[in-house]
Amino acid sequence: MKNILTKSTAGKRGDNVRSDCYFEIELTNSAGIKLDIKSKVASMYGDSIKKQLNEMCKFFGIKNANILLEDNGALPFVMAARFELVVKRLFPDLNKQFFLPVNKNNLTSTTKERLRRSRLYLPGNESKFFMNAGLHKPDGIILDLEDSVAYSEKEAAQLLVRNALRSVDFYGVERMVRINQLPRGLEDLKFIVPHNVHVILIPKCESPNQVIEVENEVNRLKEENHVEHEIYFMPIIESALGIIKAYEIASASKNNCALTIGLEDYTADLGTQRTIEGKESFYARSIIVNAAKAAGIQAIDTVFSDVADMEGLKQSVIEAKSLGFEGKGCIHPRQVPVVHEGFAPTSEEIEKAKKIVLSFEEAEKKGIGVVSLGSKMIDAPVVKRAQKTIQLAILNDKA
Amino acid sequence: MKLIKNAIGRLVPAQVNGQKQIPFKGVDKFKPSGSKAKPKINSCIDFPEDGNKVVKNLKEALKKAGLKDGMTISTHHHLRNGDALTNILFDTINSMGVKNIRWFPSASFPIHEHLIKYLEDGTIHHIEGSMNGPLGRFTTEGKMKGIGILRSHGGRYQAVQDGEVHIDIAVIAAPTSDPFGNANGVNGKSASGLIGFALADSEYADKVIVVTDNLIPFPCVPWQIQGNNVDYVVQVDSLGDASKIVSGTTEVTKSPDRLLIAEYVAQFIDEAGIMKNGFSFQAGSGGTNLAFVLYLKERMKAKNVKARFVRGGSTKYLVQLLEEGLTDYILDGQTFDLEGVRSMRENPNHVNTSPFTSYNFHGKGNFASIVDVAVLGATEVDVDFNANVVSHSDGYLLHGIGGWQNCLYSKCTILAVPSFRDRIPVIIDEVTTLCGPGELIDVIITERGIAINPKRKDLIKLMKDSSLPIKSIKQIRDEVYSICGGAPSKPKLNRNKVVAVVKWVDGTVIDSVFQINKTN
Repeated sequence: MKNILTKSTAGKRGDNVRSDCYFEIELTNSAGIKLDIKSKVASMYGDSIKKQLNEMCKFFGIKNANILLEDNGALPFVMAARFELVVKRLFPDLNKQFFLPVNKNNLTSTTKERLRRSRLYLPGNESKFFMNAGLHKPDGIILDLEDSVAYSEKEAAQLLVRNALRSVDFYGVERMVRINQLPRGLEDLKFIVPHNVHVILIPKCESPNQVIEVENEVNRLKEENHVEHEIYFMPIIESALGIIKAYEIASASKNNCALTIGLEDYTADLGTQRTIEGKESFYARSIIVNAAKAAGIQAIDTVFSDVADMEGLKQSVIEAKSLGFEGKGCIHPRQVPVVHEGFAPTSEEIEKAKKIVLSFEEAEKKGIGVVSLGSKMIDAPVVKRAQKTIQLAILNDKA
Repeated sequence: MKLIKNAIGRLVPAQVNGQKQIPFKGVDKFKPSGSKAKPKINSCIDFPEDGNKVVKNLKEALKKAGLKDGMTISTHHHLRNGDALTNILFDTINSMGVKNIRWFPSASFPIHEHLIKYLEDGTIHHIEGSMNGPLGRFTTEGKMKGIGILRSHGGRYQAVQDGEVHIDIAVIAAPTSDPFGNANGVNGKSASGLIGFALADSEYADKVIVVTDNLIPFPCVPWQIQGNNVDYVVQVDSLGDASKIVSGTTEVTKSPDRLLIAEYVAQFIDEAGIMKNGFSFQAGSGGTNLAFVLYLKERMKAKNVKARFVRGGSTKYLVQLLEEGLTDYILDGQTFDLEGVRSMRENPNHVNTSPFTSYNFHGKGNFASIVDVAVLGATEVDVDFNANVVSHSDGYLLHGIGGWQNCLYSKCTILAVPSFRDRIPVIIDEVTTLCGPGELIDVIITERGIAINPKRKDLIKLMKDSSLPIKSIKQIRDEVYSICGGAPSKPKLNRNKVVAVVKWVDGTVIDSVFQINKTN
């Protein structure tokens, strides 16, 4: 390993830091590894921390160094990410990665059609939100490498997200990662593709080529790392040009599972403001729904950004559902149940659907071609919609 | 120091500060006989006929009360972290050159860090009450001259009543008083709601000094403290910082994980059939303890259920229940916000209680066991359901017991706790300090799962088909250990030096707190 620096730092320090840690490392010429550990969990996990750091020094071939650790209760996967970063900053050419064992509960896969009513955004460099995210039972969590991560912390977030995908139990929810805008986003892929990511969100998508570029790199990495499960894509459209190209983007890959929209950037691109009633984005959102349905994938709405306004969120879910969206982004765990409730079929819808399906089945049994319920004729699309409603009701525990 | 293993397997000293101790004998196994403490007989002819007991200042009152070395001085904690009086009291005692005081507060707060210098210079010998924050650190490091004693609110009343602690001088901070010494906490600029923790002190102390910053003409009503028990009244400019006595508003936690726990608590109370017309519950002021009330309220409204009474720690959220007709009464032990104070002042169904009525184990019954469900916190819970509220997993004293031990007697005791904090497991193999025996603790509700005590077969059966994540406590522990990187090491303690003991509600010693080895 070649290094230019002899000193580097990584991680988070200060009184407000929780569940994270800070490292300083200085290479020396002799005297071995000297650890200076200041940890608020020293009496409980002091020995375990020492063991982990010595093991990592050995892995990276560091023999002589002074290492300072200020620890505010970082879990082992966080500490490993921060330490790997402090070493990487010393040796920019380092091509070794330190892996903790994979949590067996994470060896799940996903399907293209699964419910994606809610996806909970987790800032990629904020480990304290990871551990309990799955407990709030969103349909998916998104480890975000893009807008929620400061430019200077992009590398830190890559390592932390990689370690989280391996170590954190997300309790069976779909595991998504939002990569950075291309071309940087392509660099992110090697930190996630080998570690059982389910869905990759491609931000600021403006052409089908971007999806194809991601797909090619994902396929290359899958082969290289013997990854066999499917990895799906959810392009995010965030510009006027992207809206114009929506259908091409939605149909660019057979592994696209959904299409979504980011309204902050989109309205900025139009030179307008987001409003609560949302007239300015009605066209774009309708295009998204139409393009997604034409390509046979799910249409997913943007996030609702006022976490205190649950009534507003509820209204916005009802509106999204009426436009044809099947899911919504969440930025706070408390939004999850409201979103699920909103997308679930109402009891009136379920009752009606049951009646339709039952009379259809009865008519079929009797060999009658035309079915009617009350004074209304029931034809094939009506039955299909009713069947879908019942399916949704079952998935929402409502049937 | 001679240590004995008590009935729950913990090592406790046979003597504390020269006083013989009874080791914990098991839940409900200790029933002392004999008589209560006997306060001295007084005659009204020894007191001013015009009822005016005002003396010119605190020093004068202490002098008249006969303050001398080695006495026991009591204070109470209704002024919470806004309390200026206790600090002024010990400044005065120190200026009089008096030493070796046993300080007997009903609780201490971070503001009392000021008193560390008096613990160092020998003005205060030791604390019996609670040792929070900086005082806890000081005590745990073995710097206090005597051994600290931690008691519950009910245990404090019991200790005074049973003669275990004889108070020489009680100093009662009174937000409003008349010259006769009738006093209350509901009026005045330093209003704290009620002042029930000072009740035992007023009844049993040799001398009682009421200190007020709102002296009004006789009669001061309501008289939560009766002037007939009071020797002297002192008027001061200010008892403390009103904004820290009660908060302007108490807010529910915003932490999604705590809200999830609170939601589970409400769902559990509902599904276990506890939430039914005429039921009762206890709610505190902590984040989760406040939040579950809101979720429970939604369920009560949806099912048209009304409580008979709610025990607080009152806050605006309990006041709303009362005012919206969802409970007949609030039985209040301590008022946390301005809305609580207002309600107690205006609403006769918002009732002030004391440790005697609510918690005293050596009485002809108390309210604690009448309550249907109590929702409490803890710093640690072990796989036998034993819990700790006084110390941190690193061995440092952190909190007082408050009414916690007493509340364990409710018909269903729920501890609502996170399963770990940062990298500190809360559900563990064995608690650092045992404050509550597992046999009284029925349900542990964490964000990762809900454990029902195997003794509560009835609850297990009721919750069999619940959608709640019911698990065994060992399952939750295993999950937490796997997140945190294995079982935590135990703090390195000096097992030869007891720095404090924890009393059970009956006056026996349930556990010891040992000195922290500074090499840690």
